[in-house]
Amino acid sequence: MRTIIFANRVAKEIVRDPISLFFGLIFPLILLGLLSAINQSIPVDLFNIASLAPGIVVFGLSFMAFFAAQIVSKDRATLFLARLYTTPMTASNFIFGYIAPLLVMALIQGVVTLLVAVPMGLSLSIHMLTLLVAIMPIALFYIAFGIVSGTLFSEKAAVAICGAILTNVSAWLSGIWFDLNLVGGTFKEIAYMLPFVHAVEMAKAAMAGEMTMIFPHMWWVLGYTIVITLLAIFVFQFKKEK
Amino acid sequence: MDSIVIENISKKYGDQFVLNDVSLSIQQGELFGLLGVNGAGKTTLIHILCGLKNPSSGAITMLGRDGLKELNKIKPDLALSPQETAIAPNLTVRENLAFMARLHGLSKHQADEKVNEMIHIFSFQPYVKQKSKTLSGGWQRKLSIAMALLSEPKILFLDEPTLGLDVLSRRELWQLIEKLKSHMTIILTTHYLEEAEALCDRICIMKDGKIKATGTVDELNKRANETQFEEAFIKFVTEEEL
Repeated sequence: MRTIIFANRVAKEIVRDPISLFFGLIFPLILLGLLSAINQSIPVDLFNIASLAPGIVVFGLSFMAFFAAQIVSKDRATLFLARLYTTPMTASNFIFGYIAPLLVMALIQGVVTLLVAVPMGLSLSIHMLTLLVAIMPIALFYIAFGIVSGTLFSEKAAVAICGAILTNVSAWLSGIWFDLNLVGGTFKEIAYMLPFVHAVEMAKAAMAGEMTMIFPHMWWVLGYTIVITLLAIFVFQFKKEK
Repeated sequence: MDSIVIENISKKYGDQFVLNDVSLSIQQGELFGLLGVNGAGKTTLIHILCGLKNPSSGAITMLGRDGLKELNKIKPDLALSPQETAIAPNLTVRENLAFMARLHGLSKHQADEKVNEMIHIFSFQPYVKQKSKTLSGGWQRKLSIAMALLSEPKILFLDEPTLGLDVLSRRELWQLIEKLKSHMTIILTTHYLEEAEALCDRICIMKDGKIKATGTVDELNKRANETQFEEAFIKFVTEEEL
């Protein structure tokens, strides 16, 4: 029950912040519209709506790390967390209370992005549901990353790490904006050692209904997600007890 | 009857003592002041008593229980109003109060009743629907204290409750704290000598993590051979042998 009460508060804090809402919901849609318009003038396979929409859905999730980092670091800085530590709340109440509303937001963001992509030419299909399920691990990865940053760093640093560095790194190394084969070499090797491009490939496969193509990528994403989620739990617990 | 007994508590970071062999007892219903210059160890002592930090050595008894080993059993009877305002900024005044009430296990109906009671006591009526971040500093502090009182604690920790407030807001908060006196044990830290003098039944003067003196204002003045408390305080924190 305490987890739900805390999650409800976290959700209210985030959705009542207009800047968060802009980056979380509107900005990915602007990018979708812009790149789709470019594709209509200069057709590029990469920006074909069937390929672009799943990519934008995954890119939009990177803002979940920003939200998580912002709220956790702010709760620490204002001693709101210190106040809550003196209540009967447990570490799992905190962790799940932060994660749950952001997972719901990630889902809503995915649904909205896909629905907006329909008038731009994306076919409405059952595979959209598969995609929404398939993106949950990478959504959790971003949220857990945000919790780690928000727990360890100041608000300014945590927001910079997640809002600027992580969003950029995950965008450049995801293959959404350009074909990684064009760069090739070490850049491509590094990209495929990280979860971002795998998440995008997985989302594209899910959207195309190619189930067998989901799994090689899913293992990469799941591996990173499990590690970073465990790290988030450990770091939060460690800081709480310290 | 003693509400809190602190025995030989020390807190070390590396070789640095933040608290050094602190022992004192606080009676039930007493308003006990911790007074000292920056770095005296007041907040560290409060954080140890609330369970936010572990001491390096020593023992604590609170409400007849072991304050270190049985903290979870004591927690429902403790409340902290931290140095920062520690409120949820995007939640309204009513939502902040209801959030804390629900976290302490009150049902929705009970929480509503308790919140209405707090709104009445603290005269929050004009601000109930206002986001707490838009309140003035004084009202934010009041909200912070009201949030701490929702659980009807037996021990209330007020860490610098009037820091940064103007004279009128400070006087208003003093009246409020006066009203709480005798309903619960209150431990108050402050930089302001006149605040400690006006409110506290007994005062503990701390310096560099050590207790320099404990007693009523009259007792401390007498011991320092001064008639003004400010002079007595300066003597205690500047002269080694007192």
